[in-house]
Amino acid sequence: MSEFKELTWQGLWKNNPALIQLLGLCPLLAVTQTLTNGLGLGIATTLVLIGSNSAVSIIRNWIPNEIRIPIFVMIIAAFVTIVQLLMNAYTFKLYQALGIFIPLIVTNCAIIGRAEAYASKNPLGKSAFDGLMMGLGFTLVLVLLGAIRELLGNGTLFDGANLLLGDWARMLKITVFETDSPFLLAILPPGAFLFMGLIIALKNVLDEHMENLFMAKKEQKIVQRARVTTES
Amino acid sequence: MNFKLASSPHQHANRDLGQVMKLVILCLVPGILMQTWFFGWGTIIQVILAVITATVTEAAILELRKRDFERALKDYSAIVTAILLAISIPPFAPWWVIVIGTFFAIAIVKQLYGGLGFNIFNPAMAAYVMLLVSFPVQMTQWLPPVNLAQYTHDFWDALSVIFTSYSVEGFSIAQLKTDIDGVTMATPLDTVKTSLIQGFTYSEGLEHKIFDSVVTGVGVASSWVSLAYLAGGLFLIKQKVINWHIPVSMLAGLFVCALFMSLVDSDVYPSSIFHLLNGSIIIGAFFIATDPVSASTTNKGRLIFGAAIGVWVYIIRTWGGYPDAIAFAVVIMNMAVPLIDYYTRPRTYGHQAPNALKSKGKQP
Repeated sequence: MSEFKELTWQGLWKNNPALIQLLGLCPLLAVTQTLTNGLGLGIATTLVLIGSNSAVSIIRNWIPNEIRIPIFVMIIAAFVTIVQLLMNAYTFKLYQALGIFIPLIVTNCAIIGRAEAYASKNPLGKSAFDGLMMGLGFTLVLVLLGAIRELLGNGTLFDGANLLLGDWARMLKITVFETDSPFLLAILPPGAFLFMGLIIALKNVLDEHMENLFMAKKEQKIVQRARVTTES
Repeated sequence: MNFKLASSPHQHANRDLGQVMKLVILCLVPGILMQTWFFGWGTIIQVILAVITATVTEAAILELRKRDFERALKDYSAIVTAILLAISIPPFAPWWVIVIGTFFAIAIVKQLYGGLGFNIFNPAMAAYVMLLVSFPVQMTQWLPPVNLAQYTHDFWDALSVIFTSYSVEGFSIAQLKTDIDGVTMATPLDTVKTSLIQGFTYSEGLEHKIFDSVVTGVGVASSWVSLAYLAGGLFLIKQKVINWHIPVSMLAGLFVCALFMSLVDSDVYPSSIFHLLNGSIIIGAFFIATDPVSASTTNKGRLIFGAAIGVWVYIIRTWGGYPDAIAFAVVIMNMAVPLIDYYTRPRTYGHQAPNALKSKGKQP
């Protein structure tokens, strides 16, 4: 069980594909104008990751080492096509909004990276779970970045959620403030880079903070032991 | 007996950073006054807003970074940044434009890179680019010179427009922008650019009343503002606060490009005088591009840096989407500064030039 806990921790925080590995930045920065777009692409990527990780894991013992990369790419491309057709069928507006970035999931390094680094060496259950957690970690960053950019840019949250979830989701839209002059920088690509950098910085600060807390406890113990040895 | 050994330089200018920056502010004063004279009190209010925001932001960020913010505030560098940004934006832009811009300049462009001395980009100009890209409507609301405007406005009108977007009598910014004939006015550069796009020749574009009737190609108000900044800039050079390299090469770069192109076709390409006296090239050359942190640091490098900015300004003004381009040109060339500095390292006294060593294949 601790293996799964470790996978969760790695995927969501410690080895987050977007914040630490910095993989898949192209879709990450390009489509996160709104929270909904981020969520849509995140779910699509997660589905592909689970699928490709499972498939690669099942056939890992039959893949010749020399041509493993083309095989991985073909598996990923197959799953991307499935997801693309599904989105085309059920969430057509979102499919149009995300545009080229759905087929481009094939080139998302996070996916082939997991296939190569984890799924090709581990059994099915663990690989699928790894895909799920890596995908969730990626989705979380997409959603966070999308939320920040949408909030600063348009003053709304969940705008266009009906594209993803159906008509009932119109009521999800939250207007935090009305503005006639949207803060275009947040919506344009430079804003994505800027806020991505700030999110990474925030994560590093939190990590450092936690490490300091942890280290402080350890040091105290060492000091106590040292005192004992000097006295004795 | 104890002889003190000190390394060179042995002759010091007894001037610390705070004094240098205060001198820069002093030299900006004539230009600011001229701008206020021609375009109303908006500029002064923007400067005040920017200085307050810059001081608060600088102190807050330095406190977060656990640095001594009193010392940093005493060097006045944040205030110079704030003033440069404030005089670059339209005088009647809403208050939140200058607040967001100044915050961006100090917090993101300056302090996130490590504070004074470590920023890659010129804070004021990077913030200006950010504002221009983010708020194109507010950032292009330039007023006509006071003597050409339909409605007069005093200090309270300026204050009211900046905070409520309506003057005391209830005129909107769009109404204040109209001239004595009731037509919305643009800046000299914009006027000529628009008339060229509409298919008129350059000299037909100059027939607009924003241009001086005696000297061809010179805006009635903006040229006086430019000359006031020129006076301040020349004083800075005389005081040896800045070197002559960047301003001269920048103006020369623009001048040569404009001269060449206007000789090719004087109907389509405005004259050199037009380019040098309109827009913000003078203030850009003397006050903005000479930022000691983000500009090149060697004399040869400064010449290249300035000339390249001049060329960029000409390219963007002539073929780009924006009428003026100081901010874009400076930010673009800021990115090239490490490369320029690398290739223009001066020879150390007593050593061969680094490139000569390399070509002979010797170890230094």
